[in-house]
Amino acid sequence: MFIPKDPFNIIIGGVGGQGNVLASQILGRVLVAGGRVVTIGETYGASQRGGPVMSHLRVSAGDPFSPLIPEGQCDLLVSLEPVEALRILGRYGNPAVQVLTNVRTVQPLDVLSGDASYPELDTVLAALGSLSRRLWRINATEIALEMGDPILANMVILGALAHLEVLPFTRRAFQGALEGVLPDSRMEENLDAFDRGARAVEELV
Amino acid sequence: MNIISRDEPGRVDLLMGNEAVARGALEAGVSVCAAYPGNPSSEIVGVLARVAGEMGLHVEWSVNEKVALEVAAAASLAGLRGLCTMKQNGLNVAADFLFNLNLSGCKGGLVLLVADDPGALSSSNEEDSRAFARIGGLPLLELSTFQEAKEMTRWAFELSESLSLPVLVRSVTRVSHARGNVTLGELPRRETLPRFDPERPFVSLPVVPNHEALREKLQRAREIFEASAFNFYRGPERPELLLATSGSGWLYCLEALVNLGVEDRVGILKLGTTWPLPEAVVLENLRRADRILFVEEVDPFLEDNVKALFADHCEELGLKRFLGKADGTMPAVGELDPDLVMRVLQDLMEIPYEARPADYAAKATQETADLVPARSLGFCAGCPHRASFWSVHNALALDGRDGFLLGDIGCYSLAMGPTGFGTMKTLHAMGSGTGLACGFGQLHRFGLEQPVLAVCGDSTFYHAVMPALANARYNGADFLLLLLDNSATAMTGFQPHPGTGRTAAGGEAPVLALEALCEALGARVEVADPFDVKETTGTILRLLRDREGVKVLILRRECALVRSRRQGKLFRVEVDPEKCLGDRCGCNRLCTRVFRCPGLVWDRENQRTRIDEAICTGCGVCADICPESAIRKEVA
Repeated sequence: MFIPKDPFNIIIGGVGGQGNVLASQILGRVLVAGGRVVTIGETYGASQRGGPVMSHLRVSAGDPFSPLIPEGQCDLLVSLEPVEALRILGRYGNPAVQVLTNVRTVQPLDVLSGDASYPELDTVLAALGSLSRRLWRINATEIALEMGDPILANMVILGALAHLEVLPFTRRAFQGALEGVLPDSRMEENLDAFDRGARAVEELV
Repeated sequence: MNIISRDEPGRVDLLMGNEAVARGALEAGVSVCAAYPGNPSSEIVGVLARVAGEMGLHVEWSVNEKVALEVAAAASLAGLRGLCTMKQNGLNVAADFLFNLNLSGCKGGLVLLVADDPGALSSSNEEDSRAFARIGGLPLLELSTFQEAKEMTRWAFELSESLSLPVLVRSVTRVSHARGNVTLGELPRRETLPRFDPERPFVSLPVVPNHEALREKLQRAREIFEASAFNFYRGPERPELLLATSGSGWLYCLEALVNLGVEDRVGILKLGTTWPLPEAVVLENLRRADRILFVEEVDPFLEDNVKALFADHCEELGLKRFLGKADGTMPAVGELDPDLVMRVLQDLMEIPYEARPADYAAKATQETADLVPARSLGFCAGCPHRASFWSVHNALALDGRDGFLLGDIGCYSLAMGPTGFGTMKTLHAMGSGTGLACGFGQLHRFGLEQPVLAVCGDSTFYHAVMPALANARYNGADFLLLLLDNSATAMTGFQPHPGTGRTAAGGEAPVLALEALCEALGARVEVADPFDVKETTGTILRLLRDREGVKVLILRRECALVRSRRQGKLFRVEVDPEKCLGDRCGCNRLCTRVFRCPGLVWDRENQRTRIDEAICTGCGVCADICPESAIRKEVA
């Protein structure tokens, strides 16, 4: 499958602990197995503890690019948390960006404490819609909870992403990318999460 | 099958920078790898530990960086290849040994990889470890790309062996904690048998002749570097501007030139071997342009060294304009990114550049400012530290004498912030809370009335607190040490330590019990469960009032992340909507506003607290702090 831009810049965003790094690693391995040159910059460390996290994926046919996407250069945003999607567009968005977001919110400590407020989900989705060319939503966390483990939301959203056909990303490639990263005993559960994600994604804009 | 041990030369895979370093060490035939965990370096020895069995390595988490370097150096002195890795702060700990090892020299390839953290993304400082190469007279290599991380690491062992000198390899967060394509090479068969030659002692004495020999080795290193393919120029023959860069700066420079469309006007001198400077390579490239911009993190290391070299050759080179940190063209602190490099180049080359349409940028900025709440760091849901600091905070308030808590490095550093109720008041090096307490604990004689408390974690205890505790007992300091035992080096990825009963490679190890060690060091020891808030608060209060001597209170609860990987929730926790009075209660929303566990959320619609079941780990502590007993817990 042809990728229309080089480098094609993907951001996977969310909150520390949502399995963001693993999702970016799996997607990156899919693209490398497909012959692409990929660079991924990951933010974690202290931000593992409940802060915003982002992985930047640069996908190219030729040279490696830097692990940080320049301002305004995101082509595809996948976010495990809705308000984090908006935070990321604030710096990296542009009129052509495509966005896939989980709709389950993770309340920041600043909201719990009353120092900040969390906007209504519809308001967030409307803002995301007005700042993107295409917008898809999925309740990845709810699907993962139905499966018994909220951490599977990252695999659910990868399934949704594959279904959109904006990247050369198949179920088979997903399975190949899991090998060597996750133990075989976890394979079936992760494939199930992927399939459920592919079925549940809906387009908003 | 682990990615880094695949015996498939030519295979291309996506490797983290740290994995690429580990693979490079394997391709060099490394035998011994030792480290103390510290981000952004932790995964190197982490992944090597996972393949230790199949690859026949000895891999260990040492108790601190100095011991780790000594362990790796022993392999070298016996003729094997040794790797030691650490973060920038760790090099300060290891430096005492390193700055004698440079004089004694070594035998088998010995590589010390230091991962710096420009911008202090997961650190207590952003020191630039390259200065150590200069101080210690050690060859320095800087990693720029993922393939290079592997190739340079492998080459560093050969270089070390040919010079009989440890080689310093410097990584940074954006290489170590990033991923990219790496083509795998051959995995060699190790054939060397270790032997220490009693006829060839390794001592730093006599110092002056050995120092002279070190200088000669560095001169040889310089000659080797002049021919290294890790140093190269890319760009037009006579650029209007020359960028001199190393490390992560290389990819930022490349990207900036492409985005601004100035590849035919600006050239890049990329240096991979930065100490000693490959002088001929630098001088040859300085001739290309009259303006030179340095792009490097964090200190002006390249900048200062190139300028010093220029000073010796200015008559032949003519006038040059150097731009960088000294003249303020580049920021003197913090990390770089492609936007920053682009902004500087836009100004210097007078090129307009619009990252995105101005109306979109304005709208995106406005929507974010209006709608997106801050997201502060805090302890995880169910973290025992939150419960511990809740009790410390309350005990200090009940005691009422302005007692204060001295801390250091670990997850518990977050106790400076709101989820630790601002309890921790100092933060410096590993173990420094206890060291400071040794000093504060002497000030009663001058009239200090405040109780003195220190805090450390279990891994930090083995790393640097034990000497401080011995000192406290010996010199008669009075304080209370809170030893937060969560049974893991949690901040850096749950590595085992001497208290866990497991080795790096997963084998069994004897448990060095904290109670026994503290008692042996002369402290009075008690143990409490931080999840029992009432008893813990009472115990702290009692120990605070007892002012004589060194007391250690071990607060023991496994890290919530480690526990939840192994088993489910301890309790099923629910909020009874009939009992929760919300804002009518008078508790000021104690559970969400004050206790701030992310597993508890405020339900705006129903004006009640509720549990977020995707986040709650079922510790049950909130049930014990709710004044209306509106939070129920049942054993899960």
